[in-house]
Amino acid sequence: MKLRYLKNVATLRLSAEKCNGCGRCAEVCPHGVFSVNERKAKIEDKDCCMECGACAKNCPAQAITVNSGVGCAQAVIKGWLTGSEPSCDCSSSEGCC
Amino acid sequence: MSNEKSCCCSAESCCSTETITPFNKNDEWVTGEIHTPKGKVPVVSTKLHFKDVLGAWKVRWGMGMMNYKISPGLYAVGKPDHTSPVLVSANYKLTFDVLRKELSGLDCWILILDTKGINVWCAAGKGTFGTDELVDRISKTGLSEIVSHRKLVLPQLGAPGVSAHKVTQGTGFSVIYGPVRAKDIKAFLDSNCNATKEMRTVKFTAWNRLVLTPVELVAAAKISLKVFGVLFLINLLAARPFGLPDFIAYMGAVLTGTVITPLLLPAIPGRAFAWKGWLLGLLWTLGFIWYNGWFAPGFLLLAIGYLLVLPSLSAYLAMNFTGSSTYTSFSGVIKEMKIAVPLIALSTVAGIVLVLIESL
Repeated sequence: MKLRYLKNVATLRLSAEKCNGCGRCAEVCPHGVFSVNERKAKIEDKDCCMECGACAKNCPAQAITVNSGVGCAQAVIKGWLTGSEPSCDCSSSEGCC
Repeated sequence: MSNEKSCCCSAESCCSTETITPFNKNDEWVTGEIHTPKGKVPVVSTKLHFKDVLGAWKVRWGMGMMNYKISPGLYAVGKPDHTSPVLVSANYKLTFDVLRKELSGLDCWILILDTKGINVWCAAGKGTFGTDELVDRISKTGLSEIVSHRKLVLPQLGAPGVSAHKVTQGTGFSVIYGPVRAKDIKAFLDSNCNATKEMRTVKFTAWNRLVLTPVELVAAAKISLKVFGVLFLINLLAARPFGLPDFIAYMGAVLTGTVITPLLLPAIPGRAFAWKGWLLGLLWTLGFIWYNGWFAPGFLLLAIGYLLVLPSLSAYLAMNFTGSSTYTSFSGVIKEMKIAVPLIALSTVAGIVLVLIESL
């Protein structure tokens, strides 16, 4: 059974215009969100995106944007409490990630 | 010689000899050293010893997790030469062990980045498994003089921290992203660095989820000790002291949130983690109250109180498992929490008030 998280929240955007079809995005995506056909990448399944940011970071044409961050409730709570950016900093005994 | 600046340790052994990667002579996983044009490199075993297995077990239970690391630098597996592949990984010992045990029979180099003892994926998210550290480590180890090719194999889960094209610009090395799981690395290298779609996809199997639960349980148990302390004080003046049934009800809710919900994750209806935890917590609490006969006039406040508190507790603990999961997005977690956290807080406070009214 494939695990799926909330629908219609992912902030992933792809500019077909800028895309040079190198295929890096499909290579790095851990959830198979992209497909590449005829030298153009396409978002196949946006709801599978976990916003890790690998595609945007490795896109040499800067055709991809995504609000990347940690999908971790404890990090968010910590961010709210300390007023800082939520980061995956499990310095206590928590088993995040 | 290349490493003299980076290793500012006090031990003479590391700075006076031409050792690229410092290591502890007592470590069983180092089986020898190999000479390269830039100095000596430790050769590592592809077998795990009892100490490695014990160490892995300890970090899974939250003991000493934060100091389980090895020195960053270059390591050798087998008898690598200047044509051998270079695999890049993190300096978390657990990660290193998982990788090296899959490399038996291979001759290759392992370039370990300084990720402060954090695994590849988390370190990539934080940026410590990143472009700068990789570029820096290549120059510190003198890798370009040790190998004649210009290819690096990185774990795919390191991609959120590394810009492949920037690494190439900075060092001349091209980056190939290998499989997600170390167990596929041999098949990947054998197929001329082609990963199947299956090798590229992250999974979250029942076993993956199970090994992550002990650490959640231990963390919850630590906080629970404080709760028990408060309940003990309340018991000193309570009309109905908290006893074994209350303890079982509470522990059941904790187990539901930290272990049962993660294990049954795909089978529980709905998508939000807090919802899944709440649903199972509700089932547990209803079952327990019914079994104890608390749906009776004298216990009604207590029953309603616990129905408000315990499922909320399970919901909160289950929500925390988002950080351990491999498929939750930041935007999704924010959306879930904006709804779940106020509801959990309200329900918990109301429930505690009811239980206290009944008890005092």
